[in-house]
Amino acid sequence: MSALGVVGGIVQPLLIVAGSPLLVGLMRQVRAKLEGRAGPGVGQPWRDLRKLLRKEPLAPRGTSEVFRSAPLVLVATTLVVAVVVPFVTTASAVDPVADLFAVVALLALGTVALALAGLDTGTAFGGMGASREMTIIALVEPTLLVAIFALSVRVGSTNLAAIVSSTLHDPGRVISPVSLLAAVALIVVIVAETGRLPVDNPSTHLELTMVHEAMILEYAGPDLALVELASAMRLSVFLGLLANLFLPWGIATAVTPAALLIGAVAVVGKVAVLGVALASAEVFLAKLRLFRVPELLAGSFLLSLLAVAASFFLA
Amino acid sequence: MSETLYVQLLDLTGGALLLTAVLILWRRELAVIIRVFALQGLALAALVAVLAARDASLELWLVAVGLLVLRAGVLPALLRRALAAAGPARRETRPLVNVAASLLAAAVLTLLAYAVSQPLVELAPSAATQAIPVGLTVVLIGFFVLVTRRRALSQLVGFLLLDNGITAVGFLTTAGAGLVVELGVSLDVLLAVLVLQILTTRMRETFGDTDLDDLRELHD
Repeated sequence: MSALGVVGGIVQPLLIVAGSPLLVGLMRQVRAKLEGRAGPGVGQPWRDLRKLLRKEPLAPRGTSEVFRSAPLVLVATTLVVAVVVPFVTTASAVDPVADLFAVVALLALGTVALALAGLDTGTAFGGMGASREMTIIALVEPTLLVAIFALSVRVGSTNLAAIVSSTLHDPGRVISPVSLLAAVALIVVIVAETGRLPVDNPSTHLELTMVHEAMILEYAGPDLALVELASAMRLSVFLGLLANLFLPWGIATAVTPAALLIGAVAVVGKVAVLGVALASAEVFLAKLRLFRVPELLAGSFLLSLLAVAASFFLA
Repeated sequence: MSETLYVQLLDLTGGALLLTAVLILWRRELAVIIRVFALQGLALAALVAVLAARDASLELWLVAVGLLVLRAGVLPALLRRALAAAGPARRETRPLVNVAASLLAAAVLTLLAYAVSQPLVELAPSAATQAIPVGLTVVLIGFFVLVTRRRALSQLVGFLLLDNGITAVGFLTTAGAGLVVELGVSLDVLLAVLVLQILTTRMRETFGDTDLDDLRELHD
């Protein structure tokens, strides 16, 4: 455990927790501006969270511990990922957990916990949302694994910190076909996993189309606040991962205040740019029919597999 | 041209070939498929141009220009004309296997191409021969499109994809089979497309459709 890793392990979760509601606010604001509305302002998600946290905790009658513990599991797994993945520094606080498979498993664990909570409520919407989410994650998880694996082939290690620092030393790799194919695959699965258009619409409560919202329909008060915070954090974690895997410049490699400041500013800037790009792309997209979603995800899985294949035969 | 730049350009054109082949399998609208096919012709011509610049061979440059004109210009234009003649109801492909399954099949075909071409690569390992699996994948995907699509026009695209793959493999293994042979093959493809285009027009005039499944039974 290096000093750089420890500092990163403290700075990164603080940055993610404080910044992710602001990222969601920024994306909503960009959408509002592009659609010609005034918008509620960048700080609105934080105000919503404060309001929800002050309310009395409520759980529907007949729900079990699964329902009550799901928000905590979701927040906890995302926090662990925020601590270990190289966002601000190239070293990791808990190096063995910064492994590709561990990180993807942690992120999937949160999704599964939420889906189980959706089933636990016993309502029609909860079950529907959970089954849809499982359909999506069944294709998202292998794609995530294979796409990042394509990058790890050249490095010879599945450690995310090792992948990031090797890209930092050899910038020519960014424009190779392997990186391009993996990047496209990763963008598609990140859009699907974080429930954005065209897979899921984060701003509607229309029963025919919702996926994520259907699972969390029964949550209220502090539990809902935790779920909302966790989904915002997951969005920032995924965008940060995308940014640092393909464009790692600016990340801190030494324990000096200046390097850490540059690292933090760089990751915030990259995630903000990606978020704004995602939000502005969403304005021009319509939601995909649910039965077309597996097609999109199978396509991205094929692209990630081609990336792995290309990393072997175009080596 | 330096060695690293050559390898990078070769890999990039190889990646473009692969990506366009997958897109042809992925998309349903025939107009988009034809546009992607033109892009693939461009990538193929670029691949040959990279090889030509490496060998500084005038013959290969001529072949590259010829490929560019034929595969990115003439053939897509012919396909577009056939599509326009087919009318608005025939704008989408109707695959026998659904798109998700055919994409997964393409993944298996990629691995198969890699496994099959290993002995070929080991004969003379170089940057060019290491890209042979890409060409072979395009061949296999083209064959897959050819057997799983119903409309005559999408089968034609599959046939052309197959031919693109064969050409790519040819150039990657031997750096060209000579200008005369290449010219002959290109003319052959052009003639095949022209004949098939006339055939689809006649089919539509006779049967009112180009769905080849309806042609299995004999009529008076």
